Amino acid sequence: MDMAWSALGLSLKVAGWATALNLLLGVGVGFLLARARFPGRDLLDSLLTLPMVMPPTVLGYYLLVVLGRRGWLGSWLQESFGINLIFTWQGAVIAATIVAFPLVFKPARAAFEAVDGQLEQAARVLGVAEIGIFFRVTLPLAWRGILAGVLLAFARALGEFGATLMIAGSIPGKTQTLSVAVYEAVQAGQDEVASTLVLVTSAVCIAVLMAAGRLAPGRIANR
Amino acid sequence: MPLRFDKWLLAAAMALFGASVWAAELTVSAAASLTDAFREIARGYEAQHPGARVLLNFGASGALLQQIAKGAPVDVFASADQETMDQAQQQDLIAERRDFTRNALVLILPADSRLAPGALGDLAQDGVKRIAIGNPAVAPIGRYARRALENAKLWTAVESKIIHAQNVRQALDYVARSEVDAGFVFATDAAVMKDKVKVAFKVAPDVPMRYPIARIAASPNAGEAKRFVAYVLSPAGQAVLARHGFLQP
Repeated sequence: MDMAWSALGLSLKVAGWATALNLLLGVGVGFLLARARFPGRDLLDSLLTLPMVMPPTVLGYYLLVVLGRRGWLGSWLQESFGINLIFTWQGAVIAATIVAFPLVFKPARAAFEAVDGQLEQAARVLGVAEIGIFFRVTLPLAWRGILAGVLLAFARALGEFGATLMIAGSIPGKTQTLSVAVYEAVQAGQDEVASTLVLVTSAVCIAVLMAAGRLAPGRIANR
Repeated sequence: MPLRFDKWLLAAAMALFGASVWAAELTVSAAASLTDAFREIARGYEAQHPGARVLLNFGASGALLQQIAKGAPVDVFASADQETMDQAQQQDLIAERRDFTRNALVLILPADSRLAPGALGDLAQDGVKRIAIGNPAVAPIGRYARRALENAKLWTAVESKIIHAQNVRQALDYVARSEVDAGFVFATDAAVMKDKVKVAFKVAPDVPMRYPIARIAASPNAGEAKRFVAYVLSPAGQAVLARHGFLQP
């Protein structure tokens, strides 16, 4: 049972960080791609959506090659700062963030594109600064679409398995998230542990869905 | 015309879907360390018995046992230790068990490592930060390594450095990529990546690391399974194992 709680805590920590990072990155990049016109925009959009369609093992391999001790980024981090991301929970956060990124970025871009430009124009005429327009007009109007993506991203990050196992490994209490712990328990024939973990995971997923259900109708009513 | 196309598509799909069900197939679950040797043995067996097809399923012995215990349609099981096969026997999963080969435990380092541990005690030094072993819950190599460290009264000193791999080949891969400073693998695994890893030393075993092979009791292909086990034990099968560095049982 201790193991289930530590795995749950770790999963929530990893998914929470991944969601927070995606909130910043997904909204920022979504806004940029919704508004900016530049060559290669479609290609960039496709590249950023790639983690959603690519098998997590492919992503895990890319991450291992880039962030590993021999990888170009990994060796630089190691030499410059003494940071090694492989087999750490921070590595798991990176995997979960990348896997869940398109789930925030895609709806965010669509939501920003759906915002009525006339409302922003009106604010501009009334003398609101550009940064103010973003936070007081554009973002509130796009928020509902973004929030839906954020909840999906949290759920996806919570369930992330393949890439996480490849770059963070499975160290109990350190990098062994719920989904990895379930896999390990089943592999080792520890059915009782597996059952506990599966029940805990299911309960968390139901809680997330109910939270999403509670948030969404209110938002629709406000609109 | 569209209708005819649909019929063809359906027929093709059925043929593809059914193909694997109809062919005379033998499923062999084998320890990860046997990967290369058993691929070659399977090719040799298929060449000697035209029409036979061997499907190979590799993994940590413990994980393979769980698949079999849960009813996976496996015909032959080869594990990297006696303990896993003992568990299979206690659950009445196997029949006609035989030891067919033997291996040795070695400590390996990345090929360009500056470390030079000469004995297990050196793993307690600060220079060694991460040591890969197969997860002892499922991988025999992990249990062998842990027992060696326990016997040397070192387990508590190095436990925090241990990184669990899914099976021995993943531990090998971690060392080859330099993600860990050292790893415990079988001598035959180290030989697979000679250019990327180097053997620091051989660990003296307290028990011989013999590999058992057995037919799965519930297998409907008992005859074919027996023939395959006999082939592994035959001079032809043994020659392949010897070529991959395995020892006489």
